[in-house]
Order: sequence, then C-alpha cells, then structure tokens
Amino acid sequence: MSSPPETPEHPSPLRISSEEDFDLGSRVGEDRVLGQLPSELSSRTLRAELGGYLIGLALAALLTAAAFLSVGTQAIYAPGIVMAVVVFGLAQVGVHLVFFLHMTTAPDNTNNALALAFGFLIVCVIVFGTIWVMHQMDHNMMPTSSSLTMLH
Amino acid sequence: MSAPSTALRTGKDPYHLGHAPSSGTPEFTGHGAGGPAPKPIVVGYGFWLFILSDVVLFASFFAAYAVLVYARAGGPGPRDLFDLRTTEIETACLLLSSFTCGLASMAVGRRSLLWTEIALAVTGLLGATFIGIEIHEFARLVAADDGPSRSAFLTAFFTLVGCHGLHVTCGLLWLATMMAQLRAKGFTPSVRHRYLCYSLFWHALDIVWIGIFSGVYIIGVLMQ
Repeated sequence: MSSPPETPEHPSPLRISSEEDFDLGSRVGEDRVLGQLPSELSSRTLRAELGGYLIGLALAALLTAAAFLSVGTQAIYAPGIVMAVVVFGLAQVGVHLVFFLHMTTAPDNTNNALALAFGFLIVCVIVFGTIWVMHQMDHNMMPTSSSLTMLH
Repeated sequence: MSAPSTALRTGKDPYHLGHAPSSGTPEFTGHGAGGPAPKPIVVGYGFWLFILSDVVLFASFFAAYAVLVYARAGGPGPRDLFDLRTTEIETACLLLSSFTCGLASMAVGRRSLLWTEIALAVTGLLGATFIGIEIHEFARLVAADDGPSRSAFLTAFFTLVGCHGLHVTCGLLWLATMMAQLRAKGFTPSVRHRYLCYSLFWHALDIVWIGIFSGVYIIGVLMQ
C-alpha cells in the first residue's frame, strides 16, 4: 500500500482519514468512521451486507404474502382480519426501516431515530385525530344513516 | 508512528465522531466537541427530515381517504373496483426494486460502476413496471366512468394513490439522472451524497406503498 507523507491532517496512511475517503452507501446513519482500515471496509461486509438485504427481502415478502392471504382466510378469526393486516403492515414497515434503511441504535443514528419518532407522533395525530374529529361531526350533524350517502 | 496516529489507535476517538472499532467505547460529551458530524451523516439526516415531512403529507391524504371512504354518492366502493391480483404484482415490483436499490448501494460502497448501473437499471425497470400497471389501472377506472369526479371516495383514492405514483415517477427521473451522473462524474463525494438521498427516497416510497396496499386495497376489500 502506498504511503503518502504523514501530516497532522492525515494521521495514518493506512486509515481512512478524511471524509472524502469513506462512503455511506444507502444508510441513513452508518457506523463506518474515521480510523477504519480501507480493507476492513471492502471485505468486512460483502456477505453480511448482502445477507442483511436478503433477510429483509425474505421477511418483507413473507409479511406481504401474509397480508394478501388474510383476505378470505379461515385461519384468522374473521372480525380480527383487519387488525391482522394492520399488524402485518406495521411489522413490514419495521423490517424496511431496519434492513433497507438501516435504522440502528448506534450513536450516530440517534438523531434519525428521534426524528422518526417525532414523525410517527405527527402521523398518528393527523390520522387518528382527523378520523376522531370527523366521526364526531358525522355523529352530531347527521342523525340518520341514510343521509350518509349525501355526505360529499 | 507519530503521535496522532497512536491516538487514533489507542486513545479516545480523536474526532469524537462515534465508535472507532479499534478505540473501545467512545466518549460523547454532548457539547459538540470535535466539530460537526461528517458530511454524509449531515446529508443523510437532512434528507431523512425531508422524507419524514413527505410521510406527513401522505398521512394527511390517508386521513382524508379514511374519512371519505364511505362517501360514495351511490357509486362503487373498494370491493367493486379493486383487483387484488394487480395490487399483488405492483407490490412485488416495488419490493424487489427496493431490494435491488439496496444492491446498488452495496455496489456504490464498493465503487463498482458496472454493478451499480446494472442494479439501478433493474430498479428502474421494476419501478417503471409498477407505474405502467398503476396507469393501466387508473385508465381502466376512468374509462368505466369511475374517475376522481365520481365520488368523494374516488377523489380521495386518486389523490392518495396518484400522489404516490407521482413520487415514484419523480424517483424514476432521479434514478436516470443518477445513472448518467455516475457514468459521467464517477464516484465523487457529491455524487455519492446524491445517491444516498436517492436511495433513502426510493426505500421510503416502498414504505408508503405498504400503507397503501394494506390500508387502501386489502382493508378496502375486507370492509364493505
């Protein structure tokens, strides 16, 4: 390996010493940091990284199949099917976040996780708040169910 | 070895950037010691914030759809209109394209132009197939006089699913731009930052689609 002269800016010729040298791939946050050997970077993870994507694909496909198969199935208690589909969907969102977007609990990912938590809060407020408020308005303003058809 | 390099090996993380593998547990002072985070971290965080705001936009459309799903003005409902077979194929396309986008990210990390371009081309083909199927479905609905003007339910449906389709279309344009830039400029830092944003965008679109195929299509067919 060729060795450029050592300077304080480039403490070690063997190690990744500037931002230009390291790469984050698809990751929201990544744990490759300064001070890591370039050879570690290339060989460390080909199998691990591909394995991660394959596990993610398998889990996501499984949950998708489960969601579609739960239409008209006898395996799930009929009134609970809708809730099952919701659970499959939420689980798949988790799978995508972990295996495709690489959300982790690593320190450099804390900001991303907090932003995600805040986004989730806002989404819940918007969706459930809207449904709740509009349901109340329906309830108060439209006493008969036949008038529902005039809603729009 | 000079002093700084010894510090890298044995001392605490000299740049306070995180957990260097060789330096044990890092110290996080929480007072911004060591300067700002590296650019890819900052770029990823900023684009992640944009994606979350985009998800909030979709949440608004989801809420509108949930409120209006029974406002059909005597017109057809989800069970009359939706063909889950079509949705299954669309879902498979988008899920596989998310996977191949991940493979492209691996190739970018390894600076392999050939594999990056191959993986991105497959991603684009799958995305284009998804869009083609969706346009076909929309055209079928409009031709049957069940377009957005038919009822409030259909307005909300076309807005929500159409907005997602528009995002995927923009993603395809972005993908073509990325392929051209990678070929023309190579793996320069700015191109890699752009690629990072693109891959986040594409994965996020698949997450929004999970909400659509579960909440709109499957639950729509399940509920009356």
